[in-house]
Amino acid sequence: MPDADVVVLTPDALQHILSALRARGYALVGPTIRDGAIVYDDIEATSDLPCGWTDEQNPASYRLVKRSDCAYFGYAVGPQSWKQFLHPPRQLLWQATRSGDEVEIEASPPVDKPFAFIGVRACELNAIAIQDRVLRVGSHIDPHYAKRRAGNFIVAVNCGTAGGTCFCVSMQTGPAARDGFDIALTEIVGHGEHRLLAEAGSEAGREMLAQVPSRAATDDDLTAGDAVLSETAAAMGREMAADGVRELLLGNLDHPRWDDVAARCLACGNCTMVCPTCFCTSTEDASDLAGVQTSRTRRWDSCFTLDFSYLHGGSVRSGTSSRYRQWMTHKLATWHDQFGTSGCVGCGRCITWCPVGIDITEEVRAIADSEPG
Amino acid sequence: MDAASQQTAADPMLPQIARVRRRRRDGPQVVTLELEAPRSPAFRPGQFNMLTVFGVGEVPISLSGDADDRDRLLHTVRAVGPVSQALSRLDRGDVVGLRGPFGVGWPIETAAGMDVVIVAGGLGLAPLRPALYGLFATRKRYGKIALLYGTRSPGDILFRRELESWRRRLDVDIEVTVDHAATDWHGHVGVVPKLVPRADFDPLHAIAFVCGPEVMMRFTIAALREAGIDDESIYLSMERNMKCAIGLCGHCQFGPVFVCRDGPVFRYNRVRDLLAVKEL
Amino acid sequence: MEIEGLQRIVSEHPFFAGLEEGFCGLVCGCARNVRFEAGQYLLREGEPADEFYLIRHGRVALEINDPARGNLTFMTLAEGDIVGLSWLIPPYRWTFDAKAVELTRAIGIDARCLRQKCEDDHHLGYELMKRVMPSLLARLHETRLQMLDVYGGQG
Repeated sequence: MPDADVVVLTPDALQHILSALRARGYALVGPTIRDGAIVYDDIEATSDLPCGWTDEQNPASYRLVKRSDCAYFGYAVGPQSWKQFLHPPRQLLWQATRSGDEVEIEASPPVDKPFAFIGVRACELNAIAIQDRVLRVGSHIDPHYAKRRAGNFIVAVNCGTAGGTCFCVSMQTGPAARDGFDIALTEIVGHGEHRLLAEAGSEAGREMLAQVPSRAATDDDLTAGDAVLSETAAAMGREMAADGVRELLLGNLDHPRWDDVAARCLACGNCTMVCPTCFCTSTEDASDLAGVQTSRTRRWDSCFTLDFSYLHGGSVRSGTSSRYRQWMTHKLATWHDQFGTSGCVGCGRCITWCPVGIDITEEVRAIADSEPG
Repeated sequence: MDAASQQTAADPMLPQIARVRRRRRDGPQVVTLELEAPRSPAFRPGQFNMLTVFGVGEVPISLSGDADDRDRLLHTVRAVGPVSQALSRLDRGDVVGLRGPFGVGWPIETAAGMDVVIVAGGLGLAPLRPALYGLFATRKRYGKIALLYGTRSPGDILFRRELESWRRRLDVDIEVTVDHAATDWHGHVGVVPKLVPRADFDPLHAIAFVCGPEVMMRFTIAALREAGIDDESIYLSMERNMKCAIGLCGHCQFGPVFVCRDGPVFRYNRVRDLLAVKEL
Repeated sequence: MEIEGLQRIVSEHPFFAGLEEGFCGLVCGCARNVRFEAGQYLLREGEPADEFYLIRHGRVALEINDPARGNLTFMTLAEGDIVGLSWLIPPYRWTFDAKAVELTRAIGIDARCLRQKCEDDHHLGYELMKRVMPSLLARLHETRLQMLDVYGGQG
């Protein structure tokens, strides 16, 4: 929420923040360009940020395009989310050593440095909050996620650009960052100037902002900041008919649309990998040749694989139809029953990175439109 | 919280070391392992443990022994895949990893004052055996008890000696049926649902526990409903692919419920509509 | 056995529940009380379906003989069940063996006698059909479930 404590930073001040975080021992992670995409990786300075680049996203299409300015955060979201750091694709769970007829188990060592995430979008803040609910609340929690999440310093960014596949407005998850951050930035660039409005969302954020050069925000600044957000909100790539989607889907489990989308879906699982809230994993046991050292690793899994529902010689969800239905009804319907919110944050990644461009908002619309009245 | 629970709470994916104390063949490809796991908390009938064969993998196995006997943890395993096959080849003294117990068990306390109808199909008798022990331990609390058990053929009957000794009790009605048999079998031949209309219980004051292959459970439940038992008095044990057993890996989802954590025992009216959806 | 006694036994058998007294009398005219010792066969595959049975007490195994595997029991029937349905349909021959597993008491009904009475009075025929069909359907359903081999468990 914009308040009297909004300050204005120069790009140099942002560099100060990055340096301060590194000096304090954080593993600094932020957006950078690699392999033709804007990905989250280790960064050191503002020079690592995708300065002057934006992304053009459509179903089954992603490309980087040069901007006419030098905005650091002038893009929507890349293929990955912060999930790859908090709930990593591979996680060693334990190692066991056999000696004689004894076996000793050792849990995997904890993470050494806390993470500082730079450039977290509102949809991503919501996604992190959703994964917090899944993995850190309940009778069993995931200690690896809890450890990686502990002590995060989050610098969020209010989106200045809406992506072609974004629909955070209809999911009520953006574009404004509301909470879950230490500092939230709104970047205003153009007409030869480059400023970042910054507001603290926590004591740690307040303390950090107090240490870097800044000036108080004027009414002008605040108006400009609001304008950025409202322009983004107005430019959403698409819209999800979110009202009543849970009842709509659960009431249509035998709808012919599932077969329709199954004819297009490759069951490749891209959507589940890029989705910031998908949390399914599987375990793999390994052994050395002598059977002395064994281990178990947890890795990402996808409900789109045939194996996922394997039981007694066959899979419960043997066809693509039931697997696509599982993914979509979990994300938009049963997630509510399990965790009290939707599982979708409207980031649009599943649409962009689907090789055949299946659009989850369109699938919902197709089922809704076929309903009488 | 005791040390064992503390460690589990700290990292529920970390197995404790358990040792095979005894191994017993209970049927073709079916083995019951008695494990020694000093730090394992008490279990409730219907719960399961995750057993690890180091270097091979981990699978959910029903606890099939007496829940009141803290010293003997019995696990009945059918060898169908690489891990269960490895488990069934273990010998006395071998080491396994153990996590658990997990899941919601049979509501034995709810059965107080009622007739209890236990219907088991195939290996489904294993997770029901602890329930039977529990009922027999406080026999006076319940009305009539009937065990209806169906399996493929006479050679596949599990816990045969125990069934015969239960039969000798005068306070439980046991009917066993098989899908097919040779001429020397003089018992029932036919499917389990067929035993329901002839079983002795008052449908208005009865509770049913059902466990077996899903097809068998579906038609058994139809027969129980036809006999007059209501949906709130029927409980079944579901099965789905499980990797973590703690509701975090997503594999065991059945509609909105996680079988490992919200089940495996479910009251029928909670899953009735889910059972009707194909490939859910 | 006295006719009244037989009439009572027939009318009390679950198979004939609700059958009008008049029709009951007609059926009784074709009925007799029978008893099979354990191991005795009620009917044999291929033989004329001259008499079918309504079990009053006991257990009957339905078997088919396989040269390599001997006599295989595919179903057992008990109190209240009807043994033999092929008497209704040409060529009126049994398609399996039925053997008493234990001492079994039953009502034996002369099929030719009953078929003739049904031809003469179609209402009687319909009452009989209404009672035979549920057994037939239930048996079909159970057989299907058995065929699925749900306990198979092989890979």
